[in-house]
Amino acid sequence: MAHIEVDDIHVYYGNIRALQGISFKVEKGAIVTLIGANGAGKTTTLNALSGILGLREGSIHIGDTNISDFMPHQLIPKGIVHVPEGRRIFARLSVDDNLAMGAFTRNDKAELSKDREYVLEMFPRLRERLDQTAGTLSGGEQQMLAIGRALMSKPDVLLLDEPSMGLAPVLVEQVFNSIIDINKTGVTCMLVEQNAYMALQIASYGYVLEGGRIALEGVAQELAKNEEIKKAYLG
Amino acid sequence: MQKYFDIEFWRRVTYVDVTLWLMRAAVIIVVVWGTIGTLIDGRYSNEQWFDFVMFGLTMGGIYALVALGYTMVYGILRLINFAHGDIFMTGAFTAYFVASPLGKSGFLEENLLISMIIICLTAMVTCVIIALTVERICYRPFRSVRSFAPLICAIGASFFIQHSFRGMYGSSVRAYPDVEFFDKLLSIGSFDFPMIQPVVILAALGSMTGLYLIVMKTRMGTAMRATSEDRDTASLMGIDVNRVIIFTFVLGGSMAGIGGVLYAFVFKQVYFFMGFFPGIKAFSAAVLGGIGNIPGAMLGGFFLGTVESVGPALFLDGLGIVAPYQLRDLIAFTMLVMVLIFRPQGLLGERVSQRA
Repeated sequence: MAHIEVDDIHVYYGNIRALQGISFKVEKGAIVTLIGANGAGKTTTLNALSGILGLREGSIHIGDTNISDFMPHQLIPKGIVHVPEGRRIFARLSVDDNLAMGAFTRNDKAELSKDREYVLEMFPRLRERLDQTAGTLSGGEQQMLAIGRALMSKPDVLLLDEPSMGLAPVLVEQVFNSIIDINKTGVTCMLVEQNAYMALQIASYGYVLEGGRIALEGVAQELAKNEEIKKAYLG
Repeated sequence: MQKYFDIEFWRRVTYVDVTLWLMRAAVIIVVVWGTIGTLIDGRYSNEQWFDFVMFGLTMGGIYALVALGYTMVYGILRLINFAHGDIFMTGAFTAYFVASPLGKSGFLEENLLISMIIICLTAMVTCVIIALTVERICYRPFRSVRSFAPLICAIGASFFIQHSFRGMYGSSVRAYPDVEFFDKLLSIGSFDFPMIQPVVILAALGSMTGLYLIVMKTRMGTAMRATSEDRDTASLMGIDVNRVIIFTFVLGGSMAGIGGVLYAFVFKQVYFFMGFFPGIKAFSAAVLGGIGNIPGAMLGGFFLGTVESVGPALFLDGLGIVAPYQLRDLIAFTMLVMVLIFRPQGLLGERVSQRA
């Protein structure tokens, strides 16, 4: 059964139509990517999924639960965490406090310290900087913190919005490798990317968004070979 | 300094810059001239200066407590809670009905600490209830509205609270009970001051330390700081923003409650309009320290209180102004205007443009 099922959602900013009927499925344990140009509606789709934006039509299901009308903070207990575009770490809080905020809803102290260890092992740079203000981290470290913070809630589904944004190629590789590692532990990943080449390499299935509609979908490796996509997004 | 030698810099200077420089120069000249005049005159003794500073710190502590409510709410909601001064009044006023019988029965004198705790708790609970009601009715419905509606609503709430209290209890001034312990003069060398002053200062510092620890060390406090920085992302972390907002109003209301009781014991009276001036002064203190910044509000409160108390004698007397003490409000609000012009981010604040 599909883990996330999005059915014909329409989203508006005021009177401007941003998404006009998008449907897709994410299977349990998969990495699915949503690619497309600037303004195609990728971030809007994720924001609608996590409840930041309301739906005008359509529905979103996680397993059997209809989450169409959920507020953003209700999604964490459902096992979904959204790493927003531009990282959005709490710049004036310490790295440690940022991680603590990721685990805000949890009360299981023992499990929590195990997950904290896991995150700090995955991103050793964060351990060195636990007491530092998060705003003083470099771009790559901030992205690691954003992902680490999200993992602190022990999610089943990770929604990632442009994790490669503004990072040097070496760091992009590092971030994508950690996404693969996270996925191997059984976390379903939904990856929104402009860097279509990298995204299609690690994803199993992909959707191409264009003007608020799904223009194309398919197995990631085949999409990567598709001539149109090569021309439009892979250069 | 380097930039003043660059010809490009001087080309970009506008009339606005020149006007601001002239204003700065004028303020500095007035302050320096007045200060020198006063000091040469030597009209005030060291004991009097000490009195001014002690009274300033006392008022400063109260301003700081109230300013915290303004600054925390602004930090979370980006809204000036103009009803906060009146929330401060409701606490002091309601606590009067507890303090007065306690004073008459003599319990207040005998068990001062217990009585003060009871009185403070009454004021805190009242302030919290009123603050939460205002939040629920006046602010929450407008939270997603990008207009002046919440601001107008805040001003409306302020009048509503004032006049409901006037309607319920009349517009007469009611006297808080005298406490012998508070009136007792304490002497250090040739300086003496009533006991109430150190009590207020210590109580204010104690409450603020408590608040600071809550905000910095607890999970809800951290969630509050996170929400003030980025509300959307905080909610993505599973933080229920409504709960954080309620928590903020509870903290702010409690501080206003304590501040109200202290204020009432300093001036020994309460009436329905008493919240207005301390409220506006505390708002100035919050802006002075950098609105949204918690240590800033504390510093701003003490700073405003002290300058307002010392300022008239120090700056204005030397200019030959008669009875300068009546002009303390002028000093306080001049400082607010100066801060808004020359350092809009406040003493400890960051530039707003960085956060947009």
